[in-house]
Amino acid sequence: MDNYYFYTDQLTVGYNGVPLIKNIRLTLQKGEILTLIGPNGAGKTTILRSIIQQLEPICGVVWLDDKETTKLSRHELAQKLSVVLTERVKPELMTCRDIVATGRYPYTGNFGRLSKSDWDIVEESMRLVHITELADRDFAQTSDGQKQRVMLARAICQQPDIIVLDEPTSFLDIRYKLEFLAILQNMSRTRQLSVIMSLHELDLAGRISDKIACVRGDKVERFGTPEEIFTAGYIPQLYQMTVGSYDELTGDMELPAAAGEPKIVVIAGGGTGTSLFRRLQRQGQPFAAGVLWQNDLDYPTARALAARLVSVPAFAALTEDKLAEMRSLIDGAEQVICTLGREHMRGAAAGLKDLLAYAEKQGKLPK
Amino acid sequence: MSKGKRYGAAFVILLVLVAVFLALNICIGSVNIPLSDTLDIIKSALAGIFHSITGAESAAGGAGASSTYADIVLDIRAPRALAAVILGGALALSGYLLQTFFHNPIASPFTLGISSGAKLVVALVMVAALGYSRQVSSWLLILAAFVGAMVCMGFVVLMSRVINQMSMLIVSGVMIGYICSAVTDFVVTFADDSDIVNLHNWSLGSFSGISWDNVAIMAVVVGVATLCVFLLSKPISAYQMGEAYAQNMGLNVRLFRIVLVILSSVLAAAVTAFAGPVSFVGIAVPHLVKSLFGTAQPLLMVPACFLGGATFCLLCDLLARTMFAPTELSISTVTAMLGAPVVIYVMIRRQKEK
Repeated sequence: MDNYYFYTDQLTVGYNGVPLIKNIRLTLQKGEILTLIGPNGAGKTTILRSIIQQLEPICGVVWLDDKETTKLSRHELAQKLSVVLTERVKPELMTCRDIVATGRYPYTGNFGRLSKSDWDIVEESMRLVHITELADRDFAQTSDGQKQRVMLARAICQQPDIIVLDEPTSFLDIRYKLEFLAILQNMSRTRQLSVIMSLHELDLAGRISDKIACVRGDKVERFGTPEEIFTAGYIPQLYQMTVGSYDELTGDMELPAAAGEPKIVVIAGGGTGTSLFRRLQRQGQPFAAGVLWQNDLDYPTARALAARLVSVPAFAALTEDKLAEMRSLIDGAEQVICTLGREHMRGAAAGLKDLLAYAEKQGKLPK
Repeated sequence: MSKGKRYGAAFVILLVLVAVFLALNICIGSVNIPLSDTLDIIKSALAGIFHSITGAESAAGGAGASSTYADIVLDIRAPRALAAVILGGALALSGYLLQTFFHNPIASPFTLGISSGAKLVVALVMVAALGYSRQVSSWLLILAAFVGAMVCMGFVVLMSRVINQMSMLIVSGVMIGYICSAVTDFVVTFADDSDIVNLHNWSLGSFSGISWDNVAIMAVVVGVATLCVFLLSKPISAYQMGEAYAQNMGLNVRLFRIVLVILSSVLAAAVTAFAGPVSFVGIAVPHLVKSLFGTAQPLLMVPACFLGGATFCLLCDLLARTMFAPTELSISTVTAMLGAPVVIYVMIRRQKEK
């Protein structure tokens, strides 16, 4: 069907015959990365477990390379598909190299002995994931983050066409999160590896994925490219967020804004105000901000946190009505804080100087 | 590679220990027999067997004094020592399989109540057969033990679905064991007086009174089971990674679990049928062997556990016979004294690792 390497057709998954998510249709070409996002308990893991044949689908079919996965032998499937799961592995007396080497299982003979070329693949897999220095360490003694990378090397060592990962970045710190995803991206580009995974980090999901599937309720609510998914207001709706805000463009999250009449007016710009906006939010002080251009670095945070925001469109001129709005806000405020240097109040922003002088005249500008 | 050397050395150590203890078990006893005489007796016995096969005239029997020796060696000590080798190996292997199956370091036929279940059914069969004053064949004993083992195993497997906590699984296994032992005691107590002594000894665990006939049958049963386990080395290695990963590696987990349950039950049943319940070998030996080899690779562990179990049981039987001679201790008394500290050590080390 349309040359998709992987697709599901009318797939319904669930436990003990009770459908949890119905009519799932996911499609993926070779070398693409598909990410499942959605609230906790939405059934991302259930879908993944059904894809890897660990859970029998209630109905529908998973197609892989033009074959139904249920019709592939266990052995064939193991050579095409490998996994990184959330299940903890507790092996005894195994080094990280031993763990990676278990990825060769579908290729070895009756006694599971690895040949020279098998060991070469083991070493190469460890190199790809940058864990060569962990090779001789006892797996049980490594950190969660290291374990996760070893399990990725193991999955790569299985030389699959497609790799399925369940929340692979959960235990990783920021450096290894990026490194881990960069490895996946690199493998997908250079070796045409297809990737299906679930992620909690929306910002990362938006950056790495070719396709995103949003799981909510009993269905895959949206499926498409990141641009199609991250439309304004969709993420709070998907996660049923009732507090705070999410910026689809930057992936920034903000805690709920302090409500009430603003007693403080902030004149900011160029990213100078963001940290102040957040400090005021922590102190529970409602504030007003302006005038900000909508392409200003301070704009997304101000939009999320300010009780009142005066803004003008990107690159537009500062109009008198905006200045008047600001003056009335200054009239009602107890204090005006300016984080922007006067030297920047030139050109289109020259009007900000007048606002500053207005505040100074009222004695609301701290010395 | 140094790893290869270590494995080789460990195997040599185990083989030497088995040979040494085998010799000691045959030579030492209420009558001490010099090693040279023992070897002569075995040599001539083997020659006799060889000649009877080839049909040649048998060599003349030994002198008068050594014919008593020959009886002791050939009829009593040799079969007993070989039984210790075979059953010890079977016990250790059964423990290793159960530890793999339940991903639990202190699982064994004894702690999971499987030995006791086997014991109960064997005791029932024995008492019933004695009631009709009939000889019970070795095969029937093994079958009875297997039925008992499978019933208890089935129960424990069901429990393991409900109970996720490993320690609770062991506790429930121990409880099943106590129930089965209590019923066995009950049966034994009300059995015919004349047979109680024998049955009582057996129900405590002992390698005494084993005939060549028994040895032949246990060798076949344990031999076949051990070979099967060895051939399963590769799937066992996959299963050690946990069921989800094992399945992704292409293992038929459900089938594998069934085979594992059957094999470990057969091994435990063979031991119980002939020697009664023997405690702690199943836990202690796999751990000692793992420490010796520094690996848990099934391909190495299967033969190594067998040899380790053989060594352990030979040593324990030697101590059981000689420590308070002429009074003989039950084998479990000795295995518990040597094995329990190992188990405690293992649990403390586990706790530290967490």
